Amino acid sequence: MKRILAVLMVLVLVMGAFAGCGGATEEEETDALTVGFIYVGPASDGGFSEAQDNGRQALEDHFKEKVKTLKVESVAEESQAVKNAAINLMDQGATVIVATSFGFMNPIEELAKEYTDIKFLHFSGNKMNDTNFGNYFGAMEQPRYLSGIIAGMTTKSNKLGYVAAFPYTELIIGINAFTLGAQSVNPDVEVKVIYTQNWHDPAQEKAAAEALLDQGCDVIAQHCDTAGPQIAAETANAFAIGYNMDSSSAAPGAYLTAPVWNHGAYYIEQIQKIMDGTWAPESYYGTMADGYVQLAPMTENVSAEAKAKVEEVQAKIESGEFNVFSAGDKDVLYNDGSVMIPAGTSLDRDAIWGISNPDSAMVTLVKGATGQ
Amino acid sequence: MMVSFLIAAVGAAMPLLYATMGELITEKAGNLNLGVEGMMLMGAVMGFSVGLHTGNPYLALLASLIAGAIGAAIYAVLTVSLMSNQVVTGLTLTIFGTGFSSFVGEGFMGTAAPAGIKALSTKIAIPGLYQIPVLGPILFHQDILVYTGYIMVIIVAIYLNKTKMGLNLRAVGENAAAADASGINVSFYKYAHIIVGGAMCGLGGAYMSLVTVPVWQANVVAGRGWIAVALVIFASWKPWKALVGAFVFGGLNILGLRLQSMGIHISQYLVDMLPYAATILIVIISTRKNRKEDMNPADLGVSYFREER
Repeated sequence: MKRILAVLMVLVLVMGAFAGCGGATEEEETDALTVGFIYVGPASDGGFSEAQDNGRQALEDHFKEKVKTLKVESVAEESQAVKNAAINLMDQGATVIVATSFGFMNPIEELAKEYTDIKFLHFSGNKMNDTNFGNYFGAMEQPRYLSGIIAGMTTKSNKLGYVAAFPYTELIIGINAFTLGAQSVNPDVEVKVIYTQNWHDPAQEKAAAEALLDQGCDVIAQHCDTAGPQIAAETANAFAIGYNMDSSSAAPGAYLTAPVWNHGAYYIEQIQKIMDGTWAPESYYGTMADGYVQLAPMTENVSAEAKAKVEEVQAKIESGEFNVFSAGDKDVLYNDGSVMIPAGTSLDRDAIWGISNPDSAMVTLVKGATGQ
Repeated sequence: MMVSFLIAAVGAAMPLLYATMGELITEKAGNLNLGVEGMMLMGAVMGFSVGLHTGNPYLALLASLIAGAIGAAIYAVLTVSLMSNQVVTGLTLTIFGTGFSSFVGEGFMGTAAPAGIKALSTKIAIPGLYQIPVLGPILFHQDILVYTGYIMVIIVAIYLNKTKMGLNLRAVGENAAAADASGINVSFYKYAHIIVGGAMCGLGGAYMSLVTVPVWQANVVAGRGWIAVALVIFASWKPWKALVGAFVFGGLNILGLRLQSMGIHISQYLVDMLPYAATILIVIISTRKNRKEDMNPADLGVSYFREER
């Protein structure tokens, strides 16, 4: 009896384990171009990887039977795991590998040296080569600036809250763009930042937003992956700005909009070039004009006035007439008093990310934003 | 400011409290179940799933109780009947529960719970008690699950210390062989308390998915199951100390964020370490004092083989 029970329990556990695994999908052999995607989390994580997977879906929808996509989910950011996943995809016929997390960079670089006939695209990294390895990222500061305009025109207390995961350059660029956007319409506005030191903990993110709301903030923006801050804002009758994907259903009473990724725009462009034979590795930095980063549709919580202002500035950003990191006739200062943007000048991608000079990377909050 | 922090701290403490009480009665039966995190996630996802499909908060809570109980029942069969290693089985249950919740929740990722579920988050003031200065608004203007949490602590404390069944349970945990010899049905006690404990862990998980943030997200529990395991030791297996410990750790959990919003910097990593550091400290102190009533149940983690008596 005990033996039978033991076998049964093992079977239940093993079947449960297998049911949870989503492997690469097998399809019939065709002469279609095969593109393999590697995700750091589950494809339906409701945030980071799901935004990438929506891009993969858009790629398939665009090219129909001419492109076949494969995916491997929840790959750990360690060398052997990444290599196994990529080689597995190549064995299934993939000739383009899309690696969607920063930690995949070094193993992908090594693979690119070894497999010279395979093309590699890597998200958010700073490495590439001249033959078969490119990287891609987006000017998220543009939609963040626009969301700042909305926040600045929505707030009544002139205090905005911002729940961020980590004090890294990527996030600080976003906070500064948001703050400058808010200040452009409301000079008295102040932005309070809390870092949760975690990309994904709904309860902590909600608690952080509650702390900000208790400090008098009445619009909460976020650079972390869950709807926790939006729930907190709705409970307190305040407003919230999401991130990653349009997510109005979580807190419809509070949700204003969200800066979002549209990875499909990049995938379609690159695959088209590969098909045409004109592809060469590049360090892609998608803008709003490219449709790669966007502001999700504004809900009816956004005033008509703010909508009009956003549309006006968005047109200037898309035409290239306006850079969100530019100073008018006065210097734009960091909150420690040093100069961030000298009067009459602007900062480009190279400067804010510190690409050619690491010292120029944005690591300090702009004046008007506080947080450690 | 301080009051609003403490009100939030009580909410942050509740998942810990339910899970800690669940693990506490499990350990009182002599079984160390490290599957708390897994059972919480099973409860969280099943509670959310049933809540989403029925819109009924009470059915949702019932589902989370059952899900936690099923997780614990698997563990109980393996460790009590089949006498497998408790640590390994518990860890497996955590891995299983994590995968189970992601798998079941895949279809409704990012979906908000229906309006009916919001009834669980409604704050209710208890007449009379609410008027107590300072403490009243903190402790007695909370959602319904906070009150059931208080009641649970009282019931568990009375059950363990004042009833015959509680005495038998403690006997099973301290010395299963002696309990067996005195006519106590050891297997029954172990099964019953492991399963009830699992149900309580499931409810703790449901608090996170239905009350704290009523939108489904993968891995909502985010490590609180492990804090609960540490809390049981911190509380030296006493319900009222577990209540205090849950409040302290729940408060610490959000303290760093509150200080940041006031412009005081304290590393969140340091804050995340505190529950475990405090637990180690308590273990050292209680081991040095060596008072019997503060120690773990003597048979904790030991499988009971009747034939080996």
